[in-house]
Amino acid sequence: MRLDETEQAMLAGELGEPRRWALRQQIRVGRFFDAEDFVEIGQVHLMADAESLGEAGVEFLERLAEAPAEERRVRVPTMTDPRGIDFDAYRRLGQTERMAELERRAIAAFRAFDFLLTDTCINYQTVMPPSLGEHVAFGDTGSTIYANSVCGARSNFEGGPSALAASLTGRTPRYGFHLPEQRRATRVFVLRHRPRDLSAWGALGGVIGRRLQSYWEVPAIVGVEQAPTSDELKHFGAALASYGTVALFHMVGVTPEAPELPSVLAPGSPRADSVGAEDILAFYRSFGGAGDKLDVVVFAAPQLSLLEMRQLADLLDGRLVHPNTTVLVATSPEVKAACDRLGLTRRIERAGAIVLKGVCFYQMHAREIGEAMGWKRLMSNSAKLVNIIGGYGYTPSLATMEACIDAAVAGRVPDKAGT
Amino acid sequence: MSGDRVIRGHVGIGPRVMGQALVAADYFSARYDLDRINGVFSRPAHLLCGQSYVGRVLVLLGAKGGVATAWMLRNMAAAGKAPLALLLNTSNPIMAQGAAFADLPFMDRFETDITAAIATDDMVTVDPEAGIVVVHGR
Repeated sequence: MRLDETEQAMLAGELGEPRRWALRQQIRVGRFFDAEDFVEIGQVHLMADAESLGEAGVEFLERLAEAPAEERRVRVPTMTDPRGIDFDAYRRLGQTERMAELERRAIAAFRAFDFLLTDTCINYQTVMPPSLGEHVAFGDTGSTIYANSVCGARSNFEGGPSALAASLTGRTPRYGFHLPEQRRATRVFVLRHRPRDLSAWGALGGVIGRRLQSYWEVPAIVGVEQAPTSDELKHFGAALASYGTVALFHMVGVTPEAPELPSVLAPGSPRADSVGAEDILAFYRSFGGAGDKLDVVVFAAPQLSLLEMRQLADLLDGRLVHPNTTVLVATSPEVKAACDRLGLTRRIERAGAIVLKGVCFYQMHAREIGEAMGWKRLMSNSAKLVNIIGGYGYTPSLATMEACIDAAVAGRVPDKAGT
Repeated sequence: MSGDRVIRGHVGIGPRVMGQALVAADYFSARYDLDRINGVFSRPAHLLCGQSYVGRVLVLLGAKGGVATAWMLRNMAAAGKAPLALLLNTSNPIMAQGAAFADLPFMDRFETDITAAIATDDMVTVDPEAGIVVVHGR
């Protein structure tokens, strides 16, 4: 890779050990993907929950954070993804003091690097969306695909170590979706049925994601006649990224790089598929059985926006969650503060649900929580969450927010889920 | 060794190793697919569900899922619950970033479908720097 003077100084250790480590990590990745040089970035979004970090990851951060302040401070604004512990709620969820201590150590290291502890995966809704053409290093699949697709920013998936490296160097290897030619659509999906709610938009993302085989495939969606809302695009993108490891989509007539189909197509004739109501229904039916006792309902992945929180409060008004079922609602610290101020938290919790801030369920040692609480049957309106959580020992079902609330009140998985 | 086959791929990451393969025509994510405490595949729909991946040269189609694998590979190695090496037909950035962070041998972009060219229990040498995998004859 070609290195400029600053990069050569970092690699030589002249700007301290953290930046030397960071540039070496980035060069190893850059060479793997044949990057020719680096590109400077405007902001970083960093995923580093303690469950993923583990003891080894936290020790690594602590060692790096021992460097002098001028050597360890980030060079660009760096926001954090959800954490694994809500310190106001962890004991009632069966999380242990060992988990909380690991989280405290990670947070102390983050402060030493001067991260902005936003603890959110919806930074593009609640903090600052990147701008069209801005190069960034985003480290949650949902935030990356939204930034790339809806905002028109340029990012690859930057996993924790690489997002940390990008924050310390202020740049990232120029490969993948930083290159204009890589951003063209290689597959076309014709939408024959418009999803009716957030979970169905997630299901649509899941349907398309399952049909894609690689990070390097870019789908273009045609047939969306009216622009979806930010929350609908959020659920669609998060599921598409989760099921297909996809980092960029174009929605013709909606997203900024795709005013019409020809302008965004890759050379050649990309394969075209169609997606209809039957595909979305089949997707819902690929999860879970009916009639079981329901242990936990989770609204998360991505964290809920203020509008989703209000929708949830409206649905819960005058109702009470079944005593054998737990309802968890995860949102960002900023949205939680707004919900407190607007009375939404009180309305949601009055029905028996638990509002969590700055966390997301699957990043909270979900296997250990499930074992501690005896949870097995889970419902969610998040297509992304039901994809992840099977590997943690849960049997999940996907349903609309309304159906999830009905099931939580009844304490049972309903006979029919979906649209 | 007689009957050795050489498979070429893109230059990879990590040190040269030799070990026994575990192969499936399925995808990989440490967060989605693994019980990292017990070192087994745990996602019910995964073709390797219930099998131990620890110390094996793991051969799969590609990467799926989220970003957590980038941190997790290093912690898995520190806990003695990591594969010996990872071979994929097509990677995403996360696998490469995680392999670089963990110094785990990792390669992709082979001249052939790597999940068809190697069988479970084959002895293989993975040489990322040279960009080759050697399948040793039995």
